Amino acid sequence: MAEASYQSISPSDFFYRNREIAGFSNPSRALYSAVRELLENSLDACEARRVPPDIYLRIREVLPSKGEEGPEVYSLRIEDNGTGIPDEYIPLCFGKVFYGSKYILRQSRGTFGLGGTITILYGQITTHKPVRVASSIGKEIHEYEMMIDIEHNEPIVLRHEVHENKKGWRGTIVELQLEGDYSRSMNKIYEYLKQTAMVCPYADITFVDPKGRLYRFERATDQMPPPPRAVKPHPKGVDVETLRRMVASTRARNMKAFMMEHFQGVGEVTAERFLNTASIDPRTPPGELGPEDIVKLVRAANDFEEFNRPDPSCLSPIGEELLGMGIKKELNLTDADFLMAVQRRPSTYLGFPFIVEAAMAHGRSLARQGFSGITLYRFANKIPLLFDESSCVIWKAVNRNINWSTYLVSPDTPLVVAVHVCSTKIPYKSVGKEFLADQPEVEREITNAIRQLARHLRLYISRSIRMARERRRLSVFERFLPKIAEFSAKLADKEEIPDITPLLRAVGADLEEVERRIKEVPQVVGEGC
Amino acid sequence: MSGKAVREADRQREMTELALKQLGSLVYEQIRAREFPWIMIQSRSTDNIIYDQELKQYILGDRLIRRHSRNIAHIRPFAQLIWTAWFSRELLRHRKTSTLREVYYSARGQRDIEFKDQDESDNIITDLETALSRPREDFNIYPEERSAIFGDLTIEYTVPGYEGKRMNLTEHPDGVMIGPALTSAEFIETSADKVLVIEKGAMFTRLVEERAHEKFNAILIHTAGQAPRSTRSIIQRLNQLGKMPVYIFTDGDPWGVHIAMVIISGSANAAHLRGLATPDAKWIGVWATDIVKYRLPTEKLTDMDIKRLKELKKDPRYGGELWQREIDLFIKLGVKAELEAFSRYGLTYIVDKYLPDKLEGA
Ligand SMILES: Nc1ncnc2c1ncn2[C@@H]1O[C@H](COP(=O)(O)OP(=O)(O)O)[C@@H](O)[C@H]1O
Ligand SMILES: [Mg+2]
Repeated sequence: MAEASYQSISPSDFFYRNREIAGFSNPSRALYSAVRELLENSLDACEARRVPPDIYLRIREVLPSKGEEGPEVYSLRIEDNGTGIPDEYIPLCFGKVFYGSKYILRQSRGTFGLGGTITILYGQITTHKPVRVASSIGKEIHEYEMMIDIEHNEPIVLRHEVHENKKGWRGTIVELQLEGDYSRSMNKIYEYLKQTAMVCPYADITFVDPKGRLYRFERATDQMPPPPRAVKPHPKGVDVETLRRMVASTRARNMKAFMMEHFQGVGEVTAERFLNTASIDPRTPPGELGPEDIVKLVRAANDFEEFNRPDPSCLSPIGEELLGMGIKKELNLTDADFLMAVQRRPSTYLGFPFIVEAAMAHGRSLARQGFSGITLYRFANKIPLLFDESSCVIWKAVNRNINWSTYLVSPDTPLVVAVHVCSTKIPYKSVGKEFLADQPEVEREITNAIRQLARHLRLYISRSIRMARERRRLSVFERFLPKIAEFSAKLADKEEIPDITPLLRAVGADLEEVERRIKEVPQVVGEGC
Repeated sequence: MSGKAVREADRQREMTELALKQLGSLVYEQIRAREFPWIMIQSRSTDNIIYDQELKQYILGDRLIRRHSRNIAHIRPFAQLIWTAWFSRELLRHRKTSTLREVYYSARGQRDIEFKDQDESDNIITDLETALSRPREDFNIYPEERSAIFGDLTIEYTVPGYEGKRMNLTEHPDGVMIGPALTSAEFIETSADKVLVIEKGAMFTRLVEERAHEKFNAILIHTAGQAPRSTRSIIQRLNQLGKMPVYIFTDGDPWGVHIAMVIISGSANAAHLRGLATPDAKWIGVWATDIVKYRLPTEKLTDMDIKRLKELKKDPRYGGELWQREIDLFIKLGVKAELEAFSRYGLTYIVDKYLPDKLEGA
């Protein structure tokens, strides 16, 4: 019997061996995930800097596949006008898994310091080519050429140059090579960019694809949603391990001070009341807590009902106006179409704050573009979710919780439903991060948002139906009155056909009236409830 | 004599043309007055169709309805009515005749007037008849089915190209078709003293061959099933003007019975018209009683037959004793007999024996 050998592997090594769980399972999915990760980093950086994003993305074919079908090598380049990265952090940000600037409690797309790095890792293992990064925070430009030491989860810098920055450029450029399959991922990439443009109408995105085609997603506004604030954790959102680390590193002298200093919305009274229910003396120095005390505290926090609701200021919802704007521009809607967005009030699940926003669109413009039935767009923290739709709680809310016929929606009614869930912790059901789990609180908010919109939709549809009936009615007069006039004149031996315009005007006034009433349906406004 | 007939026909036509023109003027002036045009006509719905005991026919009641072009459901038939009025006047003006089917086809290609089917155009024509209280024949519109007439009757045509031309109706051994020309013709003279109406063509031909017109001194008319209106109007004229009794001879089944009744009392469909019913006409067979008496070959009554007989029994026109008795007997016997059934006694039996019997009894 061979002796077992024990070893640990580095995080880089782990993802190298398990790249499918990060979305790099095959060449077509890998190219899509690469675009997605780099684009999200760029958008995060622009939002952190609070400037409307200007993003240029290019995919170029480097090595065609050898005649037959299969993966090819592409070069991927992305340029943004975000914060840029301070020189000393550049190699770590792109050469070390689990390194990043987003470990604070504040909504952003990236979270673990994983996405960008793993993209580079994938490029490296499929092409053995280094990544090139150029970045500036407004001073000189730093350009790096580097690879990842997978075994040690360390960057290997191959080249570092410093350039003058005469124009005062700020932002980041990343260029790498990787194996991919563009023809298979083309549709998803396009869809991803389009839906991103929908929830970021303040972004300008240019994409040049390997066939040389240019796609432009133009910004519709310079207005950006208010930035999220970093907040302290809520007592209910903390697990045993996190609490252990906090206790170990705190400078607070006793538990009462500890609670007040490290958690949101905890004052003197609440701190004392809580520690009492947890039967922990408020005067205990944090360092003296044993492991069983920590478990007790976490349990007590879950049961304690007197904490404030988690602070939602760490969230960055899109807002009703911007969401409406983005959908209108990407779906080419006109003012005659129905479009409405709502933002629900902040709510919480398991100690995490979240906000649901939803928008609904319906009308002739959609019908003309071939929409039929419900088209669902799902977003989590402004990231479009394109896979596993029917496993998602949003899908469930739309297709199981709503009886559409009460809202006059039939199976072929062209209807767009967009739902955005934002939270410091999105309840993803799996590592794939493509669909949300059935958290009852989240499901309820989604369902309510859709109901709220659907009530207005119903009004619009019933008015459209009346309008169409009215139009048909009028067209009947327009058709038959001239005939009656013509033949009565002939029958009466009159030369001149009598004028029917006064009669048409008499019925035409009704149409204007109906049109006026139908225009009263609100466009892109919410109710804020 | 001849000039008078033509003048009378001309006068009738001018009156009809005038009525049509007045309809046009009415509508024309309403539009000029910035009003949605409308007309009043008698309602033809079943609750406004009443059986008049004195006239012994169906008539329309007093209820009027307004056809209003402001009404979305009326405007299309309204436009069709005005078009049909115009079309009729063109017919009269150019001295042409047309058929119901032709009217339907003439509207084809008239955008927005076009009829969905012939039922629709027939219905609009009936509206026009009701609105102007004139039968469609006055508008020179005739049905397709044509029946025939044979016997010693001299007529004088009034139709264009034949004005003043005379003909004796024994000139054609197949009989003369009852069409627009005959309907508008003047009756000049006859030696006949009765009219014999037969439901079926084959029996009509047999009677002509057997010289029944001479034997019975009768004018023979063949209705080809339900008698068309023009045929009924000729029967009525022969009865009223010529003071000739009318005898009707049909199959011995509910459908034959009803053919006779429509000639006698008219139909609900034509309740808006007069001059089509001949209340004095007599149905002489084939009765249920005859089936027994002459021991005729029979067929069983079908469910449809029995249902129809029960309906007839309740119909106000069938109140008379003869009708009730025969209907009851048909139901009791459960059988029916066709005219041809008499062939069992030889081809001439019907002329030699049956008809003399029945005419004597009538
Ligand atoms: N385009 C960029 N502009 C500025 N900073 C960036 C950019 N891309 C990546 N970074 C930095 O690199 C870190 C690591 O990125 P990544 O591996 O994608 O992880 P994550 O986005 O989850 O934090 C980020 O947290 C961010 O600080
Ligand atoms: Mg990232």
